[in-house]
Amino acid sequence: MVPLTWYLLVAAALFCIGAFGALARRNAVGVLMGIELMLNAVNINLIAFWRYVGVTQMTGQLFAIFVITVAAAEAAVGLALIISIYRQRSTVNVEEIDTMKG
Amino acid sequence: MDYIRDFFVNIARSWTAWISTFLPDWGVSLVNYIVVGIILVLMPVLATLTLTWMERKVIGRIQNRIGPNRVGPWGIFQAIADAVKMLIKEDIIPDRADRPVFNLAPILIAGAAGLLWAVMPFGRRMIGADLNVGVLYIVAVGSITTVAVIMAGWASNNKFALIGAFRVVAQLLSYEVPMILSIATVVLLAGTMRMMGIVEAQVIPFIFILPVAFIGYFLAAAAEVGRAPFDLLEADSEIVAGYFVEYSGLKFGWFYIAEYGNLFAVSAITATLFLGGWRGPFANAVPALGPLYFIIKTILVVFLLMWIRGTWPRFRIDQMLAFAWKVLVPASLANLLWVAVVLKLPLPAPVQWILMLGGNLLILFVAATLLGRAAKRDAAKHSLTPAAV
Amino acid sequence: MQQVMFIVLSLVTLAAALMVVIARSMFRAALWLVLTFFGIAGLFILLHAEFIAVAQVLIYVGAISTLIIFAIMLSRGVMDPDARRFNDQWGVVAGFGAVLFVLLAAVVTRTRWPVALADVPADAIQRLGGDFVGSYVIPFEVASVLLVVAMIGAIIIAREQES
Repeated sequence: MVPLTWYLLVAAALFCIGAFGALARRNAVGVLMGIELMLNAVNINLIAFWRYVGVTQMTGQLFAIFVITVAAAEAAVGLALIISIYRQRSTVNVEEIDTMKG
Repeated sequence: MDYIRDFFVNIARSWTAWISTFLPDWGVSLVNYIVVGIILVLMPVLATLTLTWMERKVIGRIQNRIGPNRVGPWGIFQAIADAVKMLIKEDIIPDRADRPVFNLAPILIAGAAGLLWAVMPFGRRMIGADLNVGVLYIVAVGSITTVAVIMAGWASNNKFALIGAFRVVAQLLSYEVPMILSIATVVLLAGTMRMMGIVEAQVIPFIFILPVAFIGYFLAAAAEVGRAPFDLLEADSEIVAGYFVEYSGLKFGWFYIAEYGNLFAVSAITATLFLGGWRGPFANAVPALGPLYFIIKTILVVFLLMWIRGTWPRFRIDQMLAFAWKVLVPASLANLLWVAVVLKLPLPAPVQWILMLGGNLLILFVAATLLGRAAKRDAAKHSLTPAAV
Repeated sequence: MQQVMFIVLSLVTLAAALMVVIARSMFRAALWLVLTFFGIAGLFILLHAEFIAVAQVLIYVGAISTLIIFAIMLSRGVMDPDARRFNDQWGVVAGFGAVLFVLLAAVVTRTRWPVALADVPADAIQRLGGDFVGSYVIPFEVASVLLVVAMIGAIIIAREQES
C-alpha cells in the first residue's frame, strides 16, 4: 500500500509547478494552464484524503467533482476573455495588457 | 459435452492451469493480461478486414451493382489487397508539419478505437474488465478522439485540414450530449453502469421499452464516428478527406482502421445497451452461445448503419448541428425526465415499462409532427411545395 | 506492484507538468497538459476512485483541453515563435516555488494524519448520486447555475462584435 504522504508530496510538487507556470509565463493561455495544474493538484489531495481518512462517506469525491466543475466554468470564461482581448489588442502577452496599471 | 457448453471460459481455465505449471503467480496474471489485451486490440483490425468487404458489397447491392468480385470468391480478399496497397505506399510528410504530433495523431485515434473493447460483454463472464463505470468509460474514450483529431488537423500545416478538424470537433462535441443523455436513460432503467449489469437487467431488450433512447443513441453514435449521413467531415466531394488529407500510406491506414473499429464498437455498444447483448434463446443453459448472439446482433446494427449510408443524403454542417441541439437534445431530455418519473411510481415493473413505452411513443409523435411542420415551412419558403412545382 | 505503478504514474505526471510550464510552443504545452491529465486520472484509479478518474478524462481531456487548444489557435499569429516564454521575474518565482515545495513537504511529512484505511464501499457510485441529491443538493444546484452563467457569459464575451 502506498503511504498517504507520497500522494501528498506529488500533489505539492504539482502545485508548485503550476504556481511557477501561473506566475512566470508571458502567454495568458500559459497562465491558465498553470492554474489548471494547481486545481488538479488540489484534486489529488482531496481524493487521497478521501481514500485514506474518510472512505466511508463520499464527501471527498463530491468535493473533487465540484472542483472539476468550477475549473471547467472558469476555464471557459477565462479563455473567452483571452480571445476577446486578442481581438482588441492583437496580443496575449500578459505584460502588454496593462492599461489599468498605475 | 459439458466442456463445450461453456466453451470459451473452459478454454481460458485450461490455458491458465497449463501455464501455472511453469510460471509464478504474477507471471500467470501478466501473460493472461497480455493475451487478452492482444485479442481485444485486434478487434478493430478484424473489423476493418471484414467490414470493409461487407460495406462495399452492401452499398454495391443498394446501388444496383455487384461490388468487388474479382479478388477471391465474392471478392472476400479485397480487404487484404487494399491493405497491401496501403502498406506499400510512400509515406509523405508535409514539409513544415509538426513531426512528433503528426506521427502521434493516428496512433491516438486508433488507440482510442481499440481501448473501447475492454468493456464489451461478449458473454457471461467474458469481458475484458467489468468496470463499475463501464458506460462512462466508453464516453470518455470517445472524447480522446476529439483531441487526436485536432492534433491531426493542426500538425498537417494545411488550412483545409485545420478547418476540417474544427468542424469535426464541433460535430463530436455537439453529439456527445444526446449520446450521454440516452445512455443515462438506459443506466436509470438498468440501475447500474456496469456493462455486464446492463445486459443482465434486460429481461426484455430495452429497445422495446425506450425506442427514443435507441434512436437518440444510434444517431448520436453514428455522428460521433463520422458515419453517413454525418460524414461531411471526410466526404470526398466536399472537403477532400478533411483533417487527414495530408496522411498517406500506413498512417492513413490507421485512420481507416479507427473508423471501422469505431463503427464495429458503436454497433456492439448499441447491441449491448438496447438489443440485449449476449442474451438469447438457450444462452443461460449454454453460455458458449453468448458470443454468437452478440456478434449476430452487432452485425445487424452494422448492416442498419450501412443501409442508412447507402440511402440517405448527406447533412450540411449547419443542419447537422441544428439537428443535434434542436431535436435530439430536447427529445432525450424529455425521455430522461419521463423515465425518472415513471421509475419512482410504486407500480410493478411491467406496468412501468408500458408507461415508459407510451411516453416514448408520445415523444416520437410530437417530434415527428414538429419536424414535419418545420419541413413544410422550409419547403414553402423555397417554393418547393407540389402546388408551386 | 502498486508502488511501482504509483512511481511510474507520478513521474509521468510531474515530468509532463514541467514540460507544460517550460515548453516553447504553446501547442506542445497544451499536449503535455493532456498527458498530465491522463497521469492524474491514473493516480485516481490507483486510489480506487474510478468515477472521478473517468470524469477527469471526460471533462479535462475531452472538453477543457479542446478549449485550450482552440484558444491557442485563435490567438496566435502576431506572437512570433521566438518570443520569450517567461517574464523578468522568473528566477524569483522559481525560487519561491522551490521554497513553497520544501515547506509543504516538511509540513506533510511531519503531520500525523488520522489514517483510517478501510475498504471502499461496494455501492460507492449509488452513494455518490444519493449525496448529490441528498445532503449536497444546494451546492449541486448552485454548480449547475454557475455552469449556465459561465456558458452564457463565455458566449457573449467571445462573440464577434457586429459593429
